[in-house]
Amino acid sequence: MLTHVTLDTSAGTNPENLVSLTKDQVQHIAMLARLQLAEQEFDDVVAKLSRIVDFVDQLQAAPTGNVLPMAHPLQQKQRLRADVVTESDERDAIQANAGLVRDGFYLVPKVIE
Amino acid sequence: MGGQSRNLHGLSLTAMARGIASGDFTSTELISKLLQRVTTIGSELNAFISVTADAAMAAAALADKARKSARRGRLFGLPIVHKDLFCTRGVRTTCGSRMLENFVSPYDATVVERLAAAGAIMLGKTNMDEFAMGSSNETSYFGPVHNPWDRALSPGGSSGGSAAAVAARIVPAATGTDTGGSIRQPAALTGTVGIKPTYGRVSRHGMVAFASSLDQAGVITRTAEDAALLLGVMAGFDPRDSTSVEHPVPDYVAGLDAPLTGLKIGIVRQHFDAGLDAECAARVREALAVLESQGAILTEVDLPNLDLSVPTYYVVAPAECSSNLSRFDGVRFGHRAADPRDLMDLYCRSRGEGFGAEVKRRIMTGTYVLSAGYFDAYYLQAQKVRQLISEDFRKAFAKVDVIAGPTAPTTAFALGAKTDDPITMYLNDIYTIGANLAGIPGMSIPCGFAGHLPVGLQLVGAHFTEQRLLACAHQYQQLTDWHERVPEACA
Amino acid sequence: MKAGWEVVIGLEIHCQLATRSKIFSGASTAYGAEPNVQACLIDLGYPGVLPVLNEEVVRMACMFGLAVNATIAPRSVFARKNYFYPDLPKGYQISQYELPIVANGELKIRLEDGSEKRIGIVRAHLEEDAGKSVHEGLGQYTGIDLNRAGTPLLEIVSAPDLRSSAEAVTYLRRIHSIVRYLGISDGNMQEGSFRCDANVSVRPQGQKALGTRAELKNLNSFRFIEKAINFEVNRQVELIVDGGKVVQETRLYDAARDETRPMRSKEEANDYRYFPDPDLLPVEIDPAWVQALRKSLPELPDAKKERLIRQYRLRSDDAEILVGSRALADYFEALAAATAAPPQTAANWVIGELSAALNREGLDIEHSKISAAELAGLLDRINDQSISGKIAKEVFEAMWAGEGGADQVIRAKGLTQITDNSAIEAIVQAVIQAHPAQVADYRNGKDKLIGFFVGQVMKQTGGKANPEQVNEVLKKRLAQA
Repeated sequence: MLTHVTLDTSAGTNPENLVSLTKDQVQHIAMLARLQLAEQEFDDVVAKLSRIVDFVDQLQAAPTGNVLPMAHPLQQKQRLRADVVTESDERDAIQANAGLVRDGFYLVPKVIE
Repeated sequence: MGGQSRNLHGLSLTAMARGIASGDFTSTELISKLLQRVTTIGSELNAFISVTADAAMAAAALADKARKSARRGRLFGLPIVHKDLFCTRGVRTTCGSRMLENFVSPYDATVVERLAAAGAIMLGKTNMDEFAMGSSNETSYFGPVHNPWDRALSPGGSSGGSAAAVAARIVPAATGTDTGGSIRQPAALTGTVGIKPTYGRVSRHGMVAFASSLDQAGVITRTAEDAALLLGVMAGFDPRDSTSVEHPVPDYVAGLDAPLTGLKIGIVRQHFDAGLDAECAARVREALAVLESQGAILTEVDLPNLDLSVPTYYVVAPAECSSNLSRFDGVRFGHRAADPRDLMDLYCRSRGEGFGAEVKRRIMTGTYVLSAGYFDAYYLQAQKVRQLISEDFRKAFAKVDVIAGPTAPTTAFALGAKTDDPITMYLNDIYTIGANLAGIPGMSIPCGFAGHLPVGLQLVGAHFTEQRLLACAHQYQQLTDWHERVPEACA
Repeated sequence: MKAGWEVVIGLEIHCQLATRSKIFSGASTAYGAEPNVQACLIDLGYPGVLPVLNEEVVRMACMFGLAVNATIAPRSVFARKNYFYPDLPKGYQISQYELPIVANGELKIRLEDGSEKRIGIVRAHLEEDAGKSVHEGLGQYTGIDLNRAGTPLLEIVSAPDLRSSAEAVTYLRRIHSIVRYLGISDGNMQEGSFRCDANVSVRPQGQKALGTRAELKNLNSFRFIEKAINFEVNRQVELIVDGGKVVQETRLYDAARDETRPMRSKEEANDYRYFPDPDLLPVEIDPAWVQALRKSLPELPDAKKERLIRQYRLRSDDAEILVGSRALADYFEALAAATAAPPQTAANWVIGELSAALNREGLDIEHSKISAAELAGLLDRINDQSISGKIAKEVFEAMWAGEGGADQVIRAKGLTQITDNSAIEAIVQAVIQAHPAQVADYRNGKDKLIGFFVGQVMKQTGGKANPEQVNEVLKKRLAQA
C-alpha cells in the first residue's frame, strides 16, 4: 500500500469543507498518539484543538498549484559515515534512566503477539 | 578584597574575559558572586531548574590554577548557563517537563561540549516552556519565569529562563533554542540580545528535538559583541548531526567593526500592519532612523505570505513534534506510570501524566495533520506554503542585505493573559517564525522602551549572514545604550 | 491446490545487510550479544541524538539493485513510519516510502516444467530493524532487547507475480543466493538475517480482480514458507467456497501446528503517518559511481550457470545445483582446477558424497572438513586407477573423519588397487579352481554367473582389484575350456 493519502470519510470530516473536530475524532487522535486525557480536560482539548485546526485551515486558500513542497530548509544531500563500530557497551549507565529493567532487558507489561 | 564590592555581574562577557586575563579578578571570585545571584534573584524569577554550584566552583578553582596555561580557551573561566533542553552529562535535563523530571543524560550536547572546551563554566540550567513549546514560559512543569522588568509579566518563551537570567544580570550569557522565535521573542521582551543562526550553523546533537527542521541553537546576551564571541565557539560542523553544515565559521568578533554605510536594510510593509502595538512600532522606526543616520539605506520590501507563516508553522512544527516526542513512552527513560494494566495503559498514562496540556495539544495537532485523509490538505499544503515563504525571503534578499522590523507585536504581557486561547499566544511569533521556516538567521536587539518595558528590533539575513547581523547590531549598540539599562532590583 | 482457483503471492523480504555497524549509529551489529549491550543512545532513541547514514548500506542496496536490473534512484528519501511498539524505541521506524533507493527490478526464475518466468521487483528500500521482545522467563513482563534495533535492512518487495508456493520458494531461494553472491547479507534465516512476509490471496481462475489478501508473518525457513502458503491457500479457498469472506489481516504462521492465525497485536487499524524524516537529508547517488559499482559486481548465479555448462560441459541440472551458493560453485571450480579427473566427475562428487556429508552434519560448504585440494587428491587416485570408485567412498569417509589426505589413507589402509595383471591372473585362477560347479554352469550358458566370480575375486582382494581387469581376465579364463 503506497498511497496512504486517501480520503477517510468514515472519520466524519470532508477535507473540502473542514470543520472543527468532534469528540470521537479527538478520542481517536489521542489514541493514535497514546495520550490519556483526563475527563475534566477533555472538553478543553476538543475546544482548543478545534480552534487550532480552524486556524491552520486558512492554508487551504493559499495558491500552491505548482509549488514544490519544502521538506527541509537545507538544500544539500545526506552525508555518509564510514562503516565503523565506534560504540561500546554502556548498558548499565544508560539503564539507570529506565523505570524497570531485569537481566539487561527493559520490561513492559506482557505483550501477546 | 576590593573585588567583593565590585559590580562584576554588570560586566559583559567580553569585559569579564578581559578582567580574568588581566588578573583584575579571578574566575572563582566571579563565579561565586554570580552564583549568589543565581540563588537570590534567580530563585525569585524562577529562572533556573537546576543549579550546579559545586561543580561550577570546582571548575573555577581549576581555571584559576591553570591561569598561566598557554592553552586557555576563548571562554576561559567565564560563566554560562544552558537552557534545560541541552543534554548535560551527569546533570539532569528536564526540558521543563514532568516527563524528564529525573532524566540524567549520559552525554553532553555538542553546544555544551564546545563551550566547556573553550573554558566556559556552567552555573546551572534555565527554565523554559515544556519541550520549548510556548511563548510565555507558562507551560513549564516547574512554573513560569517572571520578567525581571515586571514580575507580574512573562519574560516570553520558550527560552524565558535564559532571557530573564541575562536581563537580571545574573549571568552575562545563556544558551537558548529557537524553533519559531524562542530566542528572539524572550530577548525582545526582556531587553536582551538574542541570535538564532542559520539552520545547520550550530549542531543539534544533544539538543532535545522539538521540530527538527526548524530547531536551531543560539545565545542570549546583553551585547552583540558577546553574542559574536559565543557563536564563534558554538558554530561549526558536527559529524554527529546530518543537518550540520560544512561551512567555514568566520571570526564574528573581528567582523563587528564593519560600518553601516551602504548597508541595504529592507523594511517590510506587512510588519507595520494592524497587530503591531503603536509604541513598539514607534521604537522600531526610531531604531531604523538611527541605522539610516549612519549611512544604511532603507528600502521597502514585500513578504506577501507573512500572514501564512503562523498557520504553516502550526502544521509543520506539531507534525514533527508528534513524531519526535513518541520516544517518551515510559520504557527506557522518562516518566513511567505506576502499575500499568497493560502495554496500552503504560503508554497512555505515562504520556498523559508526563506531558503538560500544551505539549499534548501540539502532539495531537501533529498527529491529526499527518493522519490518513488529512496529510495532503494540511502537512503537504504547509510544506508548499513553506516554499512560498522561503521564496519571498529569497526575493527580498536579492534586493537588500538585512530585513529589519519588530521582533514581537507587543511588549511583555501579563502571566496568564494569553493562556486561554492558543491562537492569541501563537500569534506572538508572527514576525519571528518566517526565519525558522526559511532556515535563515535572525536576531533581536533592545531598541528602547514602551512604558517601562523593553522593545526588540529584529534583524534577519540571508543564509550564513550572521556576521552582517552581528555587525549591524554591534554598530547600533555603539550608538545607543538600551542594552545597558538594568531592571530595578537587579542592579 | 484446488482446481479452478488461482493463487496470487507477493513476497516482502527483509534482508539484513552485512555491515559492521548499524544503519544510523556506530553500534556493532554482531549477533548473539547479551541483551542491550549493543544498543547505543541512537538505537535507543535517546533524547537529543541524531542519525547519520552508514555509507556501506547505500553501496549494498545499489549492488542489489544492479543485480536485479533495477533503477537506482538518483535521489531517495528517508521517511518516518510512526507507530508505538515496545521493540521500536523512537516510536517511529526510519524507512523509505515515496522515493526508495531501488525500484523496477526483475528476476527470472526457472519453473519445474523447465520454462522461465519473470518476477517483477517493485522496489527495494532501506530501513532500520526493530528490537526483539522476549516473552518467556520474565514473569508478568515482556523483556525488550534492542541490540537488533537499528540493524540495516533492505526490504525487497516483489510484484504479485508468484502463482504457487513452489514459485514463491524458487524466487526466494534465488534472491537468497543473489544477496549471498553479492556479499551483502549472510542470509542466515535462523538468526533472522533473511526474513520473509508473504501476501497471499486467491481468486477463481479467469477472474481479473485480485482477491483480498492476508499477510503471513514469521516465515523463517524455506520449508515453513511453502507450508504456510499452502495452508493459507486452502484456508482461503475453503472459506470462500463455504460462503465466507477473506479478511485483510496479518496472520502468524505457527510451525508447531502447521497453521496460520490472526496476529492479535496487529488488530488495530494502522495509520503510520509517514512523512520525510527531518533529521536526514535526501540520499543522492552519482551515476558515475553506479557505473563503477556495476563493473565491480561479482558473477551472479545465472551467468555463472551458463559459464559452468559452457566451460566444464556440465549437465544443466548439476550446474543449477552448484550455483545455488557462490561458495559451492567456488569449491567446484577449485576442485575442477586441481584434479586431473574430468569436471563432471568433480561435479558428481561435490553434489553427491560431499553434499551428503555436509547435510549429515549440518555444515556449510565453507566449513567442509575436506578442502577442494584434498578432494582433488582423492579424485586423482580414481582417475589414475589407483583405487576404484567404491574404495574411493571409503577413503572419502576416512578423510572426512580426519584420518588424513587421500594418499595417506590409501597407504595406511592398504587400499591401493591391484592393477598388476599377473596378480589378478593368480587370484582368478584360484577362484576358478575353487568353484568347479559354477564354472560348469557358466560354461553351459549361465552368463550371469560372471557377477558371482567377480564378487569372489573382489572378496579375495578386499575390493582392491581393478574391476575392469578382473572382468576381462575372468571372461578370458572361463572361456578357455
